[in-house]
Amino acid sequence: MFDLTGKCALITGASGGIGGAIASALHGMGATVGLSGTRVEPLEALAAELGEQAHVLPCNLSDADAVEALPKQAVEAMGAVDILVNNAGITRDNIFMRMSDEEIQSVIDVNLVSSIRLMRGVLRGMMKARFGRIVNITSVVGATGNPGQVNYAAAKAGLVGASKSLAYEVASRGITVNCVAPGFIATAMTEKLNDDQKGKILTQIPAGRMGDPVEIASAVAYLSSAEAGYVTGATLHVNGGMAML
Amino acid sequence: MSDIADRVKKIVVEHLGVEEEKVTESASFIDDLGADSLDTVELVMAFEEEFGIEIPDDAAETIQTFGDAVKYIKEAQ
Repeated sequence: MFDLTGKCALITGASGGIGGAIASALHGMGATVGLSGTRVEPLEALAAELGEQAHVLPCNLSDADAVEALPKQAVEAMGAVDILVNNAGITRDNIFMRMSDEEIQSVIDVNLVSSIRLMRGVLRGMMKARFGRIVNITSVVGATGNPGQVNYAAAKAGLVGASKSLAYEVASRGITVNCVAPGFIATAMTEKLNDDQKGKILTQIPAGRMGDPVEIASAVAYLSSAEAGYVTGATLHVNGGMAML
Repeated sequence: MSDIADRVKKIVVEHLGVEEEKVTESASFIDDLGADSLDTVELVMAFEEEFGIEIPDDAAETIQTFGDAVKYIKEAQ
């Protein structure tokens, strides 16, 4: 089930915990993967681990020109982009009354604007192929809100609206656009939390534990598959029951 | 009919799945040939490829009919 042989997937933020797991999962299903991220070293390491059919495509998503160029570089390296996973994200948390313009703008730019521009960049090829899978990694906080994350929650909720709108436009062309909304997943991003914060979070998760990056990757794998062709404009919540939406 | 018009007509017929006779000079892609807005974008993409030209977005918006397309492509070449 879920064979991606012959498909080419571009994954942003592949140097991170969730992105790496997504790349590994899609690669394991037979896809050729384009690993994008700002830090070249972990991307090279992941590519070496995966072996063949893995390409390193460094890109700083806060650089507009680099975002414009990435889809073209991906096509040059892999021949096509059949699957786009917008996974890259940054946080600049702060209580709202102290949140600076820079903290607002940078989070919106990287998490929302660059994702939208990458979708536009890969769409032409998908339209011609009459096939495409776009999976945007959002967050439970985009649906529930979270103190200290006005910027991040706005960007993630924005991505949900963008995904639904694009899903409408291109559904007749065999292209699906969906979101996967992780809850708290054990990665470097949640590693920054102290024990007290973690303890409080765990009391809110019915599953009683943080999620594993592989559990996000599995949801992405499904939405990337041919079998998920009738699922579009949806958000798959993977959060241990923390928010049942 | 010119070679360009023939090639444009072939693309329109194939893409929109319409009868060749319906593709007349004044036939509007959307009003007469059943195209939706996405079809018009795809037609422009197909024209660009067939004729090796670039059709900027503001010009693409002016191409409403079969005749518009042929005229634009003739001038662009």
